[in-house]
Order: sequence, then C-alpha cells, then structure tokens
Amino acid sequence: MTRVWLLLGGAFAALSFAIVLLVLVPRAMLTRVEAPPWLEPYTASELQGREVYIANGCVYCHSQQVRDPAFTSDVERGWGSRATVPADYVYDRPNLLGTSRTGPDLINVGQRLPDPNWQLIHLYDPRALNAWSIMPGFPFLFEEKAPDAVRPGDRVVVIPGPRAPRGRVVVAKPEALALTNYLLSLKRNGAVPASAMARERMAGPLAGGMNGHDDGARPAP
Amino acid sequence: MTAPRHAPEPQRSRTVPEARRESATVPPVVDQIAGVAQVQTVRGIAEARELAPKDLEIRLQADASSRLPVLVCYSAAAVWLIVGSLFGELASLKLHWPDLLTREGWLTFGRIRTAHLNAVNYGWGSLAMIGTSLWLMPRLVHAELRRPRLAAMGAVLWNIGLLLGVGGILVGVSDGMEWLEMSRWFADPWLVVGGGMIGVALFSTVAARKAEHLYVSVWYIMSAFLWFPMLFILGNWPTWSGVESGAVNWLFAHNVLGFWLTAVSVGVAYYFIPKVLGRPIYSYQLSILGFWTFAFFYALNGMHHLVGGPLPTWMITTSVTASVLMFIPVVATAINLHMTVVGRFGALRYSPTLRFVVLGAMGYTAVSLQGSFTALREVNRITHFTHWTIAHSHVGVYGFVTFIMFGAMYYVVPRLVGHEWPSAALIRWHFGLVVAGIAIYVVALTWAGVAQGLALLDPGLPFQASVERTRYGLMGRSLGGLLMTAGHVVFAWHFWLMLRGRQPAGARPPFHEARPILYTEAAADVVATSRSHAGSAP
Repeated sequence: MTRVWLLLGGAFAALSFAIVLLVLVPRAMLTRVEAPPWLEPYTASELQGREVYIANGCVYCHSQQVRDPAFTSDVERGWGSRATVPADYVYDRPNLLGTSRTGPDLINVGQRLPDPNWQLIHLYDPRALNAWSIMPGFPFLFEEKAPDAVRPGDRVVVIPGPRAPRGRVVVAKPEALALTNYLLSLKRNGAVPASAMARERMAGPLAGGMNGHDDGARPAP
Repeated sequence: MTAPRHAPEPQRSRTVPEARRESATVPPVVDQIAGVAQVQTVRGIAEARELAPKDLEIRLQADASSRLPVLVCYSAAAVWLIVGSLFGELASLKLHWPDLLTREGWLTFGRIRTAHLNAVNYGWGSLAMIGTSLWLMPRLVHAELRRPRLAAMGAVLWNIGLLLGVGGILVGVSDGMEWLEMSRWFADPWLVVGGGMIGVALFSTVAARKAEHLYVSVWYIMSAFLWFPMLFILGNWPTWSGVESGAVNWLFAHNVLGFWLTAVSVGVAYYFIPKVLGRPIYSYQLSILGFWTFAFFYALNGMHHLVGGPLPTWMITTSVTASVLMFIPVVATAINLHMTVVGRFGALRYSPTLRFVVLGAMGYTAVSLQGSFTALREVNRITHFTHWTIAHSHVGVYGFVTFIMFGAMYYVVPRLVGHEWPSAALIRWHFGLVVAGIAIYVVALTWAGVAQGLALLDPGLPFQASVERTRYGLMGRSLGGLLMTAGHVVFAWHFWLMLRGRQPAGARPPFHEARPILYTEAAADVVATSRSHAGSAP
C-alpha cells in the first residue's frame, strides 16, 4: 500500500460500520423500550447507594443479569424467575451488567435477601455469615464506636459470632445504608408487558428459543 | 567456538520492498549493538558489509529525532508497570486471603483491581506502545520525527491524566464502566489532549515521509492511532444508559484490546521479527489479507462479552459470528509471522528482542484462537463469568502485548542511550521470571475458571462450591503474579541502570557472546575493533 488516505479511510470505515451496527442502530430501536409499570426510578438514596456500588467495584465480582434458562442454570439457581430484558434496565446509567460471577448475580437480590440487617452485617463482614465467602468486608462503610458513644438515630449493626469487634459497637455510615437501599431495590422479576418486549421484536427470526421472559403471568413484586 | 557463519542474504523483491530494504541493509546483530553515539562503528560495519551508508544515516537521524519522547514514554511505562503489578498482585492475594487489608477503602479489592487494570493498560501498555510507535514511525517512513517536543509534552499530559484517573479510582471516583473507569471529567480529557499531541507528531511525520511504500507496520500503527481516539471518546460520551450502555461498554473494551493494544503490537511484531532475523516477511499478500479482515471483523467482536445477556439476540449473534471469522486474520498473521521465523529459531538464543517478540507473536496466535473458541455459545456457557476470562485477557495483554513491548524496548533503548544493556544476566532473569510467571498464572487461573464454570452450571451444587473449587487456582495465580512482578522489578532496575549508567569499557553485548552465528567475519572484526574504544563513547 502506498496511499495514506486509502489506509485511514478503510480503517475509519471498519470501525464506523461496527459503531453504526452495534451502537447507533440498537439505540434507535431501544428508544421504543419503556419501563414496565412496576419498575420505579431509583430514589435519591438508592442512586447514592449505586454510586457506592460503583466506587467500590462490586461489578467486578457480581453480575446483574439473568440469562436464558435454555442454556444456563441462572433461573434454577434462584437468581430470577425469567431472563432479564432491556426494559429492566431503563433507569440504569451506566450499565452494571457485569462479566464476572466470583460472587452471585444480584439483579434480584432485593427479593432473594430482603432483610436490610442481613445486608448490613454481610457488608461489614461477609464471613460473619458465610465462612466460605471470599468477598471483602467493607468496614470503612461503618463506624466502630465505644458503646457509650452511640447516639440515638445511629443504625447499630449487631455482628453475630466471634468476628464481632470486641468492646465496640458497629454503626452503619450513610454510605452503607444507601448501598443497602440500592441492593434491596434490585428486583426485576415482574412481568414484562408486551410494550416492553422489545427484545423479541428486535431479535426477529434469530431469537429462536431465546425468549426467557414469557412467564408473564408472574405477579409483580 | 565455531567459526562465524554468514547470515543468508534476504531474497530479492519477493515481498514488500520496504521490508526488504529494512532487513537487507542492517546486519541484525550489528543493529543490536550500535547506539546513536556509535555512528563510526555503524558506518564501519556498513562498509564491511558493503551496505549503503545512506540508509544507516537515515536510521540514525530517525533514532536521534525520536529520542526525547520515546525515553519519556518508556520511563513512565516502566514506573506504571511496577505500580500496576503491585496493585495486581495485591488484588490477587485478596481473592484467597479475603481479610487482607480491608480496613481502608482505597485498598479494597474493587478499587485495587481497577487501579491495576488502568495502570497496566493506559500506563504500561499504552505508553510502551506510544514510545515504540514514535521510534518506529520515523524509521519506517524515512523521515525525522516531527514535533518531538510536542510528543514528549503529550506524554507528560497523558501521565497527569493517568495519575488523576488512577488516584480517583483509589479514592472512589469511577465512571463505572469496565475499562472506562477513569473520570471522564477530570482525568480522561488529559489523555485526549496528550494523545492528540502525540498523534499530531506521528501523523505529521507520516505526511513528511520520504519512503513511498507504507510497510505493514505502518498500516497497523496508523490505524490504531485513528481508532483509539474514536473509541475512547465514544466510550466516555456521557449519553449511554441501560443495555445500550452495556453495548458501548463492550464495543469499547473489546476494541481497546483489538484496535489499540493488538493493532500496535502486531505492527511492532511485523517490524522486529524480519528486522532482527535479517529476513523479509513471508508473504505480502497474507499481510494485506490479515490487515483488512482484522479491521472489519475485529470491530464487531465486542458483544461476545454479553452472550446470553439482555441485549437483542442479533447483536450477540453478530459478534459471535465475527469472533469466529477472526480465524481468518489470525491465521493469516500467524502464518506470516511464524513462517518468517521457521528455520531460524536458533537466533532466539542470541537476541532478547527476538525471544520476547517471537514468544509474543505466539501469544497472539494462542489468545486469538482461544478467543474465537470462547465466543462459541457451548464454550461460553461454561467460561462466561469465570476466572477463565481473566486468564484469557492475560494471555493477550501479557503473553502477547507485554512480551512484544519488552522485546521492542530491549532493541530500542540501546539506540537511544548509546550503549548496550549492562547485564546479560539481568535480561535472562527477567525473561525467566516473566515466562515462568505467566505460564503458572494462565494454567492455574484457566483451571480455576473451568472448575468454577462447571460448578456454576450445575444447579445441584450450591454457589459455595464454585467459590471453594477456585481456591488453589487463585493461589497459583498469586504465585505466577509474584514471579511476574519480580521479573518487572529486575527489568525496571536494569532500565534504570541503562538510563543513568554507561556501558563499562570492553563490555560485550548480551546474548551474542556465546556463539555469534549471525556475525559476518568482517562485521565481527569491526565490532571487535570498536570495542577497544567503547569506553570513550560519549
């Protein structure tokens, strides 16, 4: 090759083609996706918790997607009753779909583990609840106070077993409470209305067997 | 010691003219020895080998013109390599010692791991590649590097952005998308401006070219410097939400591997393998085929990171198809690079550059075939979401990209500082540690990934099983990472000696002393003569 413009033009065309096909065309199609009626936008506290989730890199071990039960065990594992669809994510910015399951999927954790106290203990020290867990504790999201320093309004977290700090009381910081609120908001098991079933429509003839969202009879949480 | 043999003369005009000229004019070992300051030696060798001194002069001027920005990039790259390795090793330890250093937010796994990725990708890998590109381009187009100070300034801005970005990640500021975590508001703009300044220097050098033909390395490197800014700006544009943000995320993340790290590294391999061997590239036609299929298929690969995910199925199918089609460019490039080496493997014993680059090229073939294979749905249902992916990415970014960059730096730095690497032993230690390290790393973590994936796929097993089965694999990974980190410390120390020190008088270049099979007798004589004056080189 001797022509720079031919080289750069071709290189530009190659990437532009991919951007049009995989970003701009889907963007045009996804504008039709509407949130299902049961899906509320995140509250301010949940959004703050989402920021804590991002800041501490939870996404590097936890996915937020249930895949098609036809070729995975996601549904059998109890991570959701159906595969998730684009409508489940309309309020997610940026995406936290994740690519690793060093820890379990979290897209329905608010339904699976709805006890905020469990979540707080688990965030403070996962091995206080599951000895086999390799999740890091996040003690920096909590304060360890002397018992007489606890003020009314403090959210005290009682750590069970021998891993509780001796002579100190664990109090959740606002970050820990926000993160817990966010985790409890993760529920995407509700029925997906026809208007939000854009996935199938967009998938067209290639979809064969991939429609994991057809158990629409399930009531919204 | 056996008598020196003549290096075979490269065949005439079968392939790329530029490649022929590059490889024909420079006796490989001579190029390994001569630094900028040793012009006389080089000229003497040129005469002894009946080569055109003009070509050597072009080369020396090219090297002198790029000296400043290349050394800035390489020095920063070496620092980021150490920093990134320490982050990576700590993150690895935390996965089997989860109570290690949990009290401080900035040391938590999710931040350290992310700091590791950004430090090694945008710090080590990118800066080593930018440095090598700035050194290579003037040589390939027969023009001095234009605006070298602008390029050096650009590299400084890039580093400021990185410091802010990685520092931000550690204190908990992240944009939240994998590979795009550095703040789009206070870190990324520095990289865009700094990278732009480097791009101006590079492209204006190409515009001022005196060589008509564009060698294959130029195709890859120029395209990469067009692709990366397009991708980086697209990925950081703050408009994406929902699953479309996932699509942009993986279009970016896969293409930063393909269209940035891979493109530059393949270009660099295309230069050094024929260069050091003194032999032309196997086939020009294959390099054309390889390049254009690479460009059009690789761009579409990204959605294979979301197989089974909540995206329209046709998007994922497109990426899986494109991933399988990657066989074409990969096999074309593999044949081209490997067939150039076939029959000359003995030379690997004498050139650290060749060792690293040839091993890196093998890493490219391996990681690409593994990648195509992993994109298949039947394989992906096991390996997706597991440590397999992390092992795979290290075959690519380490066994391929990093090895090629080590090879390039062993070749380039002596030409910039004017003397050889001080210690053959340190190079051997570096090589041995990193090869053993990455081998252990990949085997251990791939095994862990398969065990984890099979456990996850079996709904009869509790999640706990998928965690416990990875334990020894994760420990193995930490061991591999420790060896790699030790190798990096050796390399960085050697690089430091190289920058501040001077070759001791009469010291011999490493790897060539045992049996200089690539020397011609005449050239060897000149080298021997010049060595007696080596101490006086400025």
